[in-house]
Amino acid sequence: MENSLISQSFKNAKKEKRPALLTYIVAGDNSKKKSLEILKSISNYADICELGFPHNTPIADGGQIQTSAYRAIKNGIKINDIFSIVNKFKKFKKNKPIILMGYYNMIYQYNEDKFIAKCKNSKVDGLIVVDLPHPENKSFAIKCKKSGINFIQLISPTTSKLRLKKIISDSHDMIYYISMLSTTGGKLKVSSKKIIAEYRKIKNHNKTKNVVIGFGITEKTIKSLKKADGLVVGSAICKEITRSIKRRQNVVTNVTNIVKRLKNKII
Amino acid sequence: MKLKKNIPLIDQHDKFGFWGGKFGGSFIPETLKKPVEDLTKEFQRLRKNKKFIKKRDYYFKNYIGSPTSFVKLENLSNHLGGAQIWAKIVSEANGGAHKIYNATVHALICKAMGKKYIVGDTGAGYAGKMLSMAAKKFGLKCKIFMGAKDIKRQKPNCDAMRKNGAEIVPVYSGSQTLVDAVSECMRYWVSNCDNTHMCVGSTVGPNIFVKICGWSTTQISRELKKQLMKEFKRIPKKIKLINCVGGGSSAYGFWSEFIDYNKKQVELIGVEAGGPQRSKLHAAPLSKNAKIGILHGAASYVCQNNEGQIHETESISAGLDYPGVSPIHCFLKDTKRARYTYANDEAALNAYKLVTKFEKINPSLEPSHAFAEAIRIAPKFSKDTIIIVNSCGDAKKDRDILKERLGKN
Ligand SMILES: Cc1ncc(COP(=O)(O)O)c(C=O)c1O
Repeated sequence: MENSLISQSFKNAKKEKRPALLTYIVAGDNSKKKSLEILKSISNYADICELGFPHNTPIADGGQIQTSAYRAIKNGIKINDIFSIVNKFKKFKKNKPIILMGYYNMIYQYNEDKFIAKCKNSKVDGLIVVDLPHPENKSFAIKCKKSGINFIQLISPTTSKLRLKKIISDSHDMIYYISMLSTTGGKLKVSSKKIIAEYRKIKNHNKTKNVVIGFGITEKTIKSLKKADGLVVGSAICKEITRSIKRRQNVVTNVTNIVKRLKNKII
Repeated sequence: MKLKKNIPLIDQHDKFGFWGGKFGGSFIPETLKKPVEDLTKEFQRLRKNKKFIKKRDYYFKNYIGSPTSFVKLENLSNHLGGAQIWAKIVSEANGGAHKIYNATVHALICKAMGKKYIVGDTGAGYAGKMLSMAAKKFGLKCKIFMGAKDIKRQKPNCDAMRKNGAEIVPVYSGSQTLVDAVSECMRYWVSNCDNTHMCVGSTVGPNIFVKICGWSTTQISRELKKQLMKEFKRIPKKIKLINCVGGGSSAYGFWSEFIDYNKKQVELIGVEAGGPQRSKLHAAPLSKNAKIGILHGAASYVCQNNEGQIHETESISAGLDYPGVSPIHCFLKDTKRARYTYANDEAALNAYKLVTKFEKINPSLEPSHAFAEAIRIAPKFSKDTIIIVNSCGDAKKDRDILKERLGKN
């Protein structure tokens, strides 16, 4: 999958000597139409867009993303709507990679094969499944690869050396390093230096893998981690959506401004 | 799918932690892989360690108080005029419910692992109360996650937790009940797994938690087996073991020593929460044929919609008010070793009324569901059938609900 859009995005960022910027929003937050608009607008600044498929029992998400997910579900988002958002987005920007992220039960209920086929049809580039760790994810990851979809493995500060090796060797174009022991949306409680040191350990195993860092990244902290291949911002964006709705301000403009500012901090 | 003999059910899973190839497993975020692996190794070591077993038995006897009594409900049996009805009064255990077994074992494991903090979930408040007791006893700092709705309806247990020095963290998300408490507790563990041990309050959650909990509550059937031998000189020819099922920890503990028996001799009956008569909501994934799904790190029958969103549940009994159920009960259902049914709120309340009218026992709303089934079927059999109900909780905690619904104090 070396020529995947995901790989390409990292190459482009590298050419500009900066990390790739990955943004996360929840599909259907706060409506189908709005989340497509947000996606279109922030994709002018983000290199890769992650789109969460909301679950109502998310065991690894903090308050901000939970709020976004509950809001989206309440507004009636269904899995097929999410695929249609991706479809429409890809018609608008066919070269911008989209990664879907969520919990395994939704894939399981939809049916693994059907889900992957749908991803392929709507041109989803990658998948992150929070609660399907290595090695349980092996067969699913292989199926993804066969359909040209990147299955993105996660690594955390608790991942043992032995696991690290195996996970990297089974990974595709991109690996996601979780910066600290936390759910999403936690405050960065580890020094950037330490995070980068851990990140290097992963890179040293295999330099060709694109490794992104996520969890706890905000406008305040993003600059300190800019040595990474890519940086993911999620909760800070979801928080802005909540804030803008509360204040009856323009969500698309406000979220785009945040992403613009994030980007400016790493170029 | 087949049950094996002479192997505890908790150990009949494959290398990925699945019972019957599809129930259980460990659907956990990467961060929890290491702590779950550490816990798995530690538990494997401890359960083979004679000193640890001795310690467990010491605390089960001297701290929890075993055996809990096994009594015939003479008046109730006579009133119903059919099978003999017996009860194992597990609510005599220290703290008033079977949750003390799992809590004590988790506190001992936590100590053995050198961790100073312990966290747990609770619905009825018993799992939380017992964990707070065990934490106090063994010098651990304790945090309990509990849905805001449950904090209101199970106040006596909350008072006990606070008195034991535990912090209660109210959970306001979702339906504000047990399902949300477990989610929040897991999230807390994700963030603090380096110095904190997590106790899951029933035989649910990632594989290892099912095993530890089942290993702990098995004490109930070890005792019952001896008591049956003493009372009847042998295991009677026709027994029915009736137990309420929330997560399924008391039912597994009540049944585990009898699973190898032929089901014609020892029938296992699990009773889930049917919810209010007039509501569509319930907490009965096994008996109302929910689909398999993943909840809190394990695959089981789960009340959910066809997109995989977990359904809200409703039950008068906070302890049974949970959309999922133990993978080992799913396995027992699919192998047809156990039969599962439900009782609705009204049936449980009526059972409570009848039992307390005839007998000097005070079962909480959870075992009242089991009594409802016992009362329903007892007249259909004759005296040579022995129905045994696990009276696994004391109704003190339900004081406010019972007063409201039955005008009792
Ligand atoms: C007294 C009592 N019985 C039963 C239950 C249900 O749990 P389980 O099915 O794990 O025994 C609870 C749970 O809180 C309880 O407190």
